[in-house]
Amino acid sequence: MADGRRWFENTKTFTARARPMDSAVAPDLWTLCDKCGTPIFNETLAQNSQVCPSCGHHFPVSGAVRLRMLCDEGSLVFHDADLVSVDALSFVDSKPYGRRVAASRSQVGTNDAFVSASGVIEGIPVEVGSFEFRFMGGSMGSVVGEMITRVFERARARSVPAVVVSASGGARMQEGVLSLMQMAKTCAAVARLKDDAHMPYISVLSHPTTGGVAASFSMLGDVIVAEPGALIGFAGPRVIKETIGQDLPVGFQTSEYLLEHGMIDRVVKRTELRALLAQLLGQLTNAAPRGAGA
Amino acid sequence: MDLVLDFERPIAELRHQIDALRDVHAGGHEVDIQASITHLEGELAELQTRIFSRLTPWQRTQLARHTGRPFTLDYIEGLCTEWTELHGDRGGFDDHAIVCGLARFRGQSVVVIGNQKGRKTRENLVRNFGMARPEGYRKALRVMKLANDFGLPILTFVDTPGAYPGVEAEANGQAEAIARNIMEMARLNVPVVTVIAGEGGSGGALAIAVANRVLMLENGVYSVISPEGCAAILWRDRAEAPRAAEALGITARDCLKLGVIDELIEEPIGGAHRHRAATIQRVGDAIASHLNALKDLSPEQIRADREQRFRKLGRFMEGA
Repeated sequence: MADGRRWFENTKTFTARARPMDSAVAPDLWTLCDKCGTPIFNETLAQNSQVCPSCGHHFPVSGAVRLRMLCDEGSLVFHDADLVSVDALSFVDSKPYGRRVAASRSQVGTNDAFVSASGVIEGIPVEVGSFEFRFMGGSMGSVVGEMITRVFERARARSVPAVVVSASGGARMQEGVLSLMQMAKTCAAVARLKDDAHMPYISVLSHPTTGGVAASFSMLGDVIVAEPGALIGFAGPRVIKETIGQDLPVGFQTSEYLLEHGMIDRVVKRTELRALLAQLLGQLTNAAPRGAGA
Repeated sequence: MDLVLDFERPIAELRHQIDALRDVHAGGHEVDIQASITHLEGELAELQTRIFSRLTPWQRTQLARHTGRPFTLDYIEGLCTEWTELHGDRGGFDDHAIVCGLARFRGQSVVVIGNQKGRKTRENLVRNFGMARPEGYRKALRVMKLANDFGLPILTFVDTPGAYPGVEAEANGQAEAIARNIMEMARLNVPVVTVIAGEGGSGGALAIAVANRVLMLENGVYSVISPEGCAAILWRDRAEAPRAAEALGITARDCLKLGVIDELIEEPIGGAHRHRAATIQRVGDAIASHLNALKDLSPEQIRADREQRFRKLGRFMEGA
């Protein structure tokens, strides 16, 4: 774009490419970074919270792994893993919804796109949940909506804070308008947690958080934090581009863009997320910092 | 108003024939023309009933989008007195895609909120085709809180393709604005009755539809995504929209079956777009009966009633 930049202000971006050497060689041992192409030992990646040590790229993480990263060892008690979706509309696109769900179940190992648990973060008891993005793009249908609602309801009943990590393309089309209704169901539960238990809810946005998930509980955290570079927004970039018929601004709908526009409180690296959550929860509930004595 | 949809063409042609015969009759020539007219009118009624009793979801989508249907301001004009429009989100904007205000509905002071579409191009530009920006939702929320503060029931009319997908809308927090409205509506202590009058486009519709009672016109549609949008994603072809409309379960009958709406308001045969006044009256009667049923609930009961309504929505199995 000819935007009046002087030559020395032009920045060239170099993208390292994955070397033609083969992720097929010992894939159990190492992974190529999606962004910078650096090969990383899987063990290193795991120790670094699934963040590339060389470029800081945040790899997707599964729901259960996410909760283990955030909570004290051995503190997790999982809930509602036995909820299974029903094909209320007998929805068929290129394949029937029932078969899609079955395929995701066997591939991902969860019954739907959400994992929830009671847990403890640095000594503070919480109700936590995380999306399972690999399960149909983390889409929210009746099961996900119900599980999230129960996270807030349990938090309210136990008078503890709630933490939900989002990674979702939005409402699940295959459950039609019932998916839309999950937005209202979950938001009403957030309101009750605040009004009745006066307990905080911290929303963590990871890549991507869009559509009906962005436009409901995930944007309602008392504090909202996001991982770097996550795509966050209501409408998808393609839809917006088609609507306005122009290119989108650089960095549009990223965590950093939202921070700049006042929509979230902080951008936080995954490696620092747990410590930040512990600090926030301690401050919001006025709990004594750990190790501070009596 | 005059746009004739494909499936309405046989009706329009027959009506045209009848009109032509009437012209001849008015000229005072043949005696038995009246008999033919009566006969054709009978046929017309039958044809209309036949066509309108088995509309496909896609045909209903087209009806839901018909510019001849009553829009929010038509309902307000037909059902309310003392309409006093209120403007602005108190944050620097006034979105004309949503109208809000105070009015009297059958004597009762109420707050009315609705998506507003335009009929002509210029009006549509002002109304942004009924697609609200964050400031529209924030204006609606402000006025809902006003209703809450003064104990006034809220009526909302939903008729939007969806929230506006634009760069500024995103920058100003479209997702947050919708989310906030949904949560704050769940908290209200005054009765809310919503009418899905035309298009109920996803989160942009729900942002003013978290009500104690949700009513829906027979040819309205209520959907998680537009049929076109769904077709583009799942079939990779927008032209598959009729199939998507079928699959998504977006009609009033589907919504009633799923518990998403509480009452289906039948439209006069031939559709709301051909019978505006009659449709508006039916909607008014339905609203009145639901408001009446809610009037003895305490503020806390009103909130609980609304919460329970949405709490049970969804289908799943447990213990599998």
